[in-house]
Amino acid sequence: MEEKKEKNGFEPRLVGILCRWCSYQGADLAGTSRLKYEPNMTVLRVPCSARMSPLFLMKGLTSDIDGILFSGCHPGDCHYISGNMNARRRFVIFKKLLEFAGMEPERIQMSWCSASEDKKWADIVDSVTIEVKKTGPNNKFK
Amino acid sequence: MKIGVFVCHCGTNISAVIDVQKVVNDLAKMPGVFAMDYKFMCSDPGQNMIISEIKQKKLDAVIVAACSPCLHELTFRNTLIRGGLNPYMLEIANIREQDSWVHTDRDKATEKAVRLAKMAVAKAKRNQPLFPQEVSVEKSCLVIGGGIAGIQAAIDISSAGYQTVIVEKEPSIGGKMAMFDKTFPTLDCSACILTPKMVQASQSKKVKIYTYSEVEEIGGYVGNFNARIRVKARSVNMEKCTGCGICWQKCPVKVNSEFEQNLGPRKAVYVPFAQAVPNVPVIDCVNCTYYRSKRQNPESKGLCRICEKFCPAGAIEFDQKDKIIEEKFGAVIVATGFSAFDHKVYGEYGAGRYKDVVTALQFERLLNSSGPTQGKILRPSDSKEARTIVFVQCVGSRDESKGVPYCSRVCCMYTAKQALLLKEHIPDANAYVFYIDIRAAGKNYEEFIERVQDEYGVLYLRGRVSKIYRTGDGALLVRGADTLSGTQVEISADMVVLATGLVSNPETVKLGQMIGIPYDKNRFFTESHPKLAPAETQTAGVFICGACQFPKDIPDSVAQAGAAASKVLGLFSQEHLMLEPVLACVNQKICNGCFHCRAVCPYNAIDEEILKDKSVVARVIESKCHGCGNCISACPVSAVDLKGYTNEQILEQLQSLR
Repeated sequence: MEEKKEKNGFEPRLVGILCRWCSYQGADLAGTSRLKYEPNMTVLRVPCSARMSPLFLMKGLTSDIDGILFSGCHPGDCHYISGNMNARRRFVIFKKLLEFAGMEPERIQMSWCSASEDKKWADIVDSVTIEVKKTGPNNKFK
Repeated sequence: MKIGVFVCHCGTNISAVIDVQKVVNDLAKMPGVFAMDYKFMCSDPGQNMIISEIKQKKLDAVIVAACSPCLHELTFRNTLIRGGLNPYMLEIANIREQDSWVHTDRDKATEKAVRLAKMAVAKAKRNQPLFPQEVSVEKSCLVIGGGIAGIQAAIDISSAGYQTVIVEKEPSIGGKMAMFDKTFPTLDCSACILTPKMVQASQSKKVKIYTYSEVEEIGGYVGNFNARIRVKARSVNMEKCTGCGICWQKCPVKVNSEFEQNLGPRKAVYVPFAQAVPNVPVIDCVNCTYYRSKRQNPESKGLCRICEKFCPAGAIEFDQKDKIIEEKFGAVIVATGFSAFDHKVYGEYGAGRYKDVVTALQFERLLNSSGPTQGKILRPSDSKEARTIVFVQCVGSRDESKGVPYCSRVCCMYTAKQALLLKEHIPDANAYVFYIDIRAAGKNYEEFIERVQDEYGVLYLRGRVSKIYRTGDGALLVRGADTLSGTQVEISADMVVLATGLVSNPETVKLGQMIGIPYDKNRFFTESHPKLAPAETQTAGVFICGACQFPKDIPDSVAQAGAAASKVLGLFSQEHLMLEPVLACVNQKICNGCFHCRAVCPYNAIDEEILKDKSVVARVIESKCHGCGNCISACPVSAVDLKGYTNEQILEQLQSLR
């Protein structure tokens, strides 16, 4: 009972690693359109989703972050031709490994969000926040 | 290291939701951090404040917690330069677009703002001064496509004094516009306004035209593109040929002319149309008797050779080979135009089985006095004069079931023009137009449509045609709906003209991938910004114009060509270009030479370097690197890093959220 209470009041720390051409601009547009979403996610800007290194996932998950979202351009739209496809492959493999190590899949997510998808961005943040809230605090790698 | 944090109120845009004072207080508690706030950081007094604090407090790096970096990163970088700092010692915490504007809870938003600012501080601690790289500019422009857009762009650039090369895949420049009879809404003769431009381009010393040629490969980057152009064998020596025309008069082989839309013949040695530039024929190797006989028996001398025998200049060269030209360019303009929609997918319109159901381009040729019928409107099936013609609009436009959900923009206008020209050719002819909506948004366009209806008596019927079939007497029965009167209509027509829409060129995808221009779901090239950068692409130094971006009429194509040309001229007015210093770099002490980085690099920017100890390591070719960071994630030993977004910086940022 007590554990459930803690989960309900739990505010997860989330980080979003966004490519600067599509997802970051989509997140900006959500602001310009004054959409509202959960305030748990702090955004970190990188040039391309391919900049995503498994290192970041490990660092994040071992330093008190409850969930990480990677977001890039839609397939075919990558500013750097094919970076998002490389990112997707790395992500899928590494996520499987983390799951194998016991990490809840909800904590590690990836999405495609274009510069015009403000509503989609707001929805992504909300859904990731809700899912991680349900999963509870991250203490697997402590 | 001393870091200054400047928190902006942005009027009340930020301060209404975020407790700015609390952000300042929290940040000031960090070691080595100085923090202050101001109403408008981007204003002159705001910037001057930053400058004076940089000097007074001897700051090493600056954090501006304000709006998105997409907006004012450049502004504040310049502020840093004015304050005597390297511009890349700036970090921006986006507390407006991604905080105050999207949250309502004051405490939570403030907490997030503190997190964002602390994250920026964490990154800035690891910032290094970066210096933009300077590259030279090759002041020559490649224009791919020799239609009206490409010609206009080439003329504009060359008249400013810069070298331009047009590469056109057909034997002559001119593009689709050369096929048109008259242009709407002024009814200018298309050839009369196009051919002078073609001649102007060809006579300019600064314009080089490669016809019957294709761009095979493009590499490089802004200011320094390398292109490989294949000039296909014409079998006619361009220097010797005088364009006298004896060869195509004597040639015995007749085939359907592509230029005449298969309504008229051409010879196996041909110029596509009389005003072709250059006025040098090509030999169609597929149909030429000589080449056919050679293919059957390579040992023989070859049959026919009549053109060779009669050519007074001795210009026929059967053994000519394709020529490969490699050239350097500073900028590329893509003007590859469109293709007409293939109406065969419309079973209800005969799927191409009925000869008298023609496309708009075919009708254009029938109207043209230099066309296959010398301007007489004769039915292709029996060469009888067509007196009743039904025009069907939106064939391959606004039809999602056929994969063309968009409006082709020009069909309403050209249909009206063709109906008017029909009435001018045969005043007592009957013209019916089936339409969905009339879209006449352009200068004098609406008036033109009115004129066609009122003065010329063309009957407009709002509705779709459901079926076209042939009756026994050779006429076409067109059955459709008139939704305004709510009745079914049946018209017995001599001819039906389908207003086929504009679709992307089949080479668009290949070309886009080669040059790095994204394309949309309809395979038209995507501009850099739909409102503010319509002629630019996301690849620096590559521009687009004309109908390869989206269906356009002639004035819009010409206007966009001028826009693209002016962007190129802006580029060429600089002696050196400054490129972003966000580039990959290899720590060659750590690199183990596995070259995983090279496998993922989309730009071939990784080269091998042999060190003194004979070990082979990776080296980044800085001029080719675009700074995506793909190689860094692929490196198993962390030997590669991305300046401005190093592993250290990002890990520090993640750590700061602890």
